[in-house]
Amino acid sequence: MPTMDRVDLLHLYRQMLLIRRFEEKSAEMYALAKIAGFLHLYIGEEAIAVGAIAALRPDDYAISAYRDHGHCLARGSDPGHVMAELFGKATGLCQGKGGSMHLVDAPRRFMGGYAIVGGHIPLATGLAFATKYQQLDLVTVCFFGEGAIPSGQAHEALNLAALWKLPVIFVCENNRYGMGTSSERAIALYADVAGTARSYGIMAERVDGMDVLAVRDVMRKVVEQARAGQGPFFIEAMTYRFMGHSMSDPAHGHYRTKAEVEEHRKRDPLLLLKQTILSNNLGAETDFVQLEREVGDVVTAAVKFADDSPFPTPSALYTDVMREE
Amino acid sequence: MVLSYREALNQAMCEEMRRDSRIFLIGEEVGHYQGAFKVSKGFVEEFGPQRVVDTPITEAGFTGLAIGAAMAGLHPIVELMTMNFGILALDQIVNNAAKIHYMSGGQLSVPIVIRGPGSAAHQLGAQHSQSLEAWFCHVPGLKVIAPATPHDAKGLLKSAIRDNNPVIFLEAQLLYGTKGDVGDGEYTIPIGVAEVKRAGHDATIVAYSKMLLLALEAADHLSREGIEVEVIDPRTLKPLDLHTIVASVKKTGRLVIVEEGWRFCGLGAQIAESVYAAAFDYLDAPIQRVTGEDVPMPYSRPLEDAAIPDKARVIEAVKSLCGTQ
Repeated sequence: MPTMDRVDLLHLYRQMLLIRRFEEKSAEMYALAKIAGFLHLYIGEEAIAVGAIAALRPDDYAISAYRDHGHCLARGSDPGHVMAELFGKATGLCQGKGGSMHLVDAPRRFMGGYAIVGGHIPLATGLAFATKYQQLDLVTVCFFGEGAIPSGQAHEALNLAALWKLPVIFVCENNRYGMGTSSERAIALYADVAGTARSYGIMAERVDGMDVLAVRDVMRKVVEQARAGQGPFFIEAMTYRFMGHSMSDPAHGHYRTKAEVEEHRKRDPLLLLKQTILSNNLGAETDFVQLEREVGDVVTAAVKFADDSPFPTPSALYTDVMREE
Repeated sequence: MVLSYREALNQAMCEEMRRDSRIFLIGEEVGHYQGAFKVSKGFVEEFGPQRVVDTPITEAGFTGLAIGAAMAGLHPIVELMTMNFGILALDQIVNNAAKIHYMSGGQLSVPIVIRGPGSAAHQLGAQHSQSLEAWFCHVPGLKVIAPATPHDAKGLLKSAIRDNNPVIFLEAQLLYGTKGDVGDGEYTIPIGVAEVKRAGHDATIVAYSKMLLLALEAADHLSREGIEVEVIDPRTLKPLDLHTIVASVKKTGRLVIVEEGWRFCGLGAQIAESVYAAAFDYLDAPIQRVTGEDVPMPYSRPLEDAAIPDKARVIEAVKSLCGTQ
């Protein structure tokens, strides 16, 4: 067990809590029709984004799929601007043109959420190719679900990353279901998804994706190695999506049972970290009450900001189709 | 200086790569093999394998990688061995390259050139003979260029490389060996500017890429019969220089559009619609289109000949408009 620091652990908890409460509020806003389209919640998987991104420098690149709120918030994006993007407002991160699945925060090196399964994995190899080409000691972390593993683009990207020894870390968030299809029904190597990467000669390991400290530890190790030119790496983080695939999909139903969801909820990443903090006497219940209050205020302010913000004007329709200069 | 189309492309890329170290060439056989069609002859020797990157046969993978590299500030030139293989990279081109600037609200840019030969080239069969310009032109966020002469190829490729947007640069295999004067010294040709390749007053022919040569031959023939045709090469298909085309049509009152691609939803249909909207009252007869036939390209020589426009069909179309038939 690495040394644990109270401030550090409470910070990780706060980040996970922010994602959790932000997304619960997003679901409410969806029910109120403030948010439309697709909304894919990350609830249950927060330890992966928070743990992995905690191992990065601010100038490293991160890129994600369509379940991207958690990665964006963990990268430090302003919750108000994220919520405003979900609302489709002009003050959103992408001025309302991206939406939930396409958050981008370039100054924070969050290079986007992408909604074609597997399609952003080649982009991640390209970011890593560029930093190597530019002789910068940066790494790229690419998040995707295990549902992307059977896709051709994932394999093409894994091969190129391994072939050219790119400083990229593939973080596979294995939540066991691609929408309603369990990995047993979709992935030949479902019991060892990381084995897919190993078959390309990529060093791969599995981690408990519910344990933010375990995720951060393994990421710190591989980020350092990738920065030193020993990449790529592949991390299979075992997790579980507590909510449905999207807002139109109930948390349990025809493809998984309520008992199964309840079983996984016992290993809620927030609960696990809280227990660690309490059992090591690094914090007290009052700390968590305080964090709830702070985060609650942040989320309330984010909603207010989004609500008060204007929609884009029609003149914005044609801006940024092409870059002018 | 007289150069072949192939040499003009080589010179354009070479000059730009000497000027800007952010530019690299990536694709199948571009390095050690000197290019499948020798367009990158001498490149790996001058620029090294880091900037002249041989790839495995993985179009989605390396096109996606190049798009990612462009997002991180590099200026890739992707060579597709033939544009037919671009279909494998279409997800990357359409969903990522074309949309990232817009989806991100202008935060990210994709300065990339995707180039390679297309169209029929002496019995290559159905999968290697396609003219796919209409597909690319349909997508907002892409520029599409299809030069016909070595001079235009060089000047436009340099502009494409300097552009900060994704540019699809369509070559034709049968043009590679054609020769023309490219002058001495450095020059660029602005994207989106057509050129009157031959002046005339009886009818206008709009033709691009390989079809321009056909149009000019037809115009020569018609001239001997007393019909003076104005031949316009748009050179850039998107954005289209409608102004130059409409000015000519207002003068001649008759328009023939020649394209090698399939007729249904072909680019000529769009050009015709635009001209009807802008100059209907100036037209003395309905616009004629000479196009490829709506069939997969057959292998057999007489069948292939029947599937693509020839000089006789262009002459016939002009004569039908001029009432001399």
